[in-house]
Amino acid sequence: MIKRLVSVTACIFLMLLATSCVHLKEYQKSRLNDSEMALGNRKVEKNELNFESYREAASGANAGKTGGGCGCN
Amino acid sequence: MRKVYLSIVGFSLLCRLNSYAQTKQDTSLHTRPAVSLYTPVNTPDTATYNPRRLHIDEIDFVSSYYHQNGDHSAVTGGIGTERVTDISNGITLNFVWLNKMMNKNTLSVGLGFDYHTAASQAYVSATGASSPSGTRIYPSLDWTAENAKKGNSFGLGAYASSEYNYNSLGADFHFSQKTADRNGEFTAKLQGYFDEVKLIYPSELIPNTTSSADGTVVTSASGTVISGSGSSHKASIPSSPRTTLSASFSYSQMINSRLQIMFLGDVVTQHGYLGLPFHRVYFTNGKDTVEHLPSSRFKLPVGFRLNYFLGDNIIIRSYYRYYADSWGVRSNTIGLEVPYKITPFFSISPFYRFYNQSAARYFAPYEAHSPTDEYYTSNYEYSKFNANFFGVGFRIAPPNGVFGWQGLHEMEIRYGHYSQTTDLVSDVVSLSLGFK
Repeated sequence: MIKRLVSVTACIFLMLLATSCVHLKEYQKSRLNDSEMALGNRKVEKNELNFESYREAASGANAGKTGGGCGCN
Repeated sequence: MRKVYLSIVGFSLLCRLNSYAQTKQDTSLHTRPAVSLYTPVNTPDTATYNPRRLHIDEIDFVSSYYHQNGDHSAVTGGIGTERVTDISNGITLNFVWLNKMMNKNTLSVGLGFDYHTAASQAYVSATGASSPSGTRIYPSLDWTAENAKKGNSFGLGAYASSEYNYNSLGADFHFSQKTADRNGEFTAKLQGYFDEVKLIYPSELIPNTTSSADGTVVTSASGTVISGSGSSHKASIPSSPRTTLSASFSYSQMINSRLQIMFLGDVVTQHGYLGLPFHRVYFTNGKDTVEHLPSSRFKLPVGFRLNYFLGDNIIIRSYYRYYADSWGVRSNTIGLEVPYKITPFFSISPFYRFYNQSAARYFAPYEAHSPTDEYYTSNYEYSKFNANFFGVGFRIAPPNGVFGWQGLHEMEIRYGHYSQTTDLVSDVVSLSLGFK
């Protein structure tokens, strides 16, 4: 029950965030365009994502690979 | 009078020469004497500059050293060493050009090479005589065309991976569209991986006969085929297909000048041989066999990223993912990274990642499966566990190049320590270099 409540609260919070966005001019995006703010994996993380996907049952939803390669060892 | 006349003629000639010098091309480069203090500078004329021309925009190089240890190897049925060392190197060349419509095209050509040693791999042979090392090579190709006016892009990708016991071919189509105000972007990616798993069995479990198109043969882990007449020769080991199809979607949105968010979701389906033939399972009666898993699997991971620029030099990068699949695994992943900008060009980034998962319904540890089970595995990848991963990264990107070398525009170094409640621990060090 608590888990469900947390999930619903998180969803509402995220929806509020998404609907309360403001229109930004290009000159207002200097912080968002900072390389550390990129909404993706760092290049240096590439092999970390690889071993995580082989050592854990879950994978995906991280803009990485979702198949290919054995990872047998 | 004569002097005045000569002066007027002389002045007139000088004026004509000056006007001639301003209208005619300077050919002085060719008429100068062989010995002169003047040194012509042969800089290219800007009229020949062509922004549409194909050129290398960036070269990325990523290298990693990975070392792990544990005591639940799947090769030996959920017991035994999991010691692995892996060295990975990858290079990506990014070519850029503009087409006739002035749309930006990017072609990424990548090549990766891994070398590993795995202690458990030696025990594919019951005596521990198999080779404990191996290599993997994986080229990739990706082309993307971007229409800046319409705010969209589309592209195609191809991927291959080759190891001794596993080959994979992949292809993808990807598309993105920005919102009208350019503050949001939707992306979609359709991928297909078509793999072949070589049927290398533990030595004591090699089937007596394996049927193939050429007839009935007996295979060994080394690839030696012993034909019915008793003679042996090297031939290809039979393989079994594995297909992975996935659709990935994401939507990113700038909330305000400091906050942006991205929602991610994949739909993944797998078919074919989803286990590995050299993973042993020991039943409660002490007998062993190879793991047996269903021939299909459906995965559904969904998540979001939320990045916030706090103050002038602290950034909060967060990530959450929920995962569910048709084998009964449920998982949560939480990631938090806090880059601190010591200068605008140098940052230090501590990070922490928490992961948990429930067990797949087909998992049981060593000698816990019943011989009557339909599906069984003792691979601890499918067990219930929590994992912690923490470390620190450094990023250097000065305007005059790293170490004053203009070509090297960015360098990242990252170390992480990973541990599972299954007792598996690992360390990874990665280096990324970006050349312009």
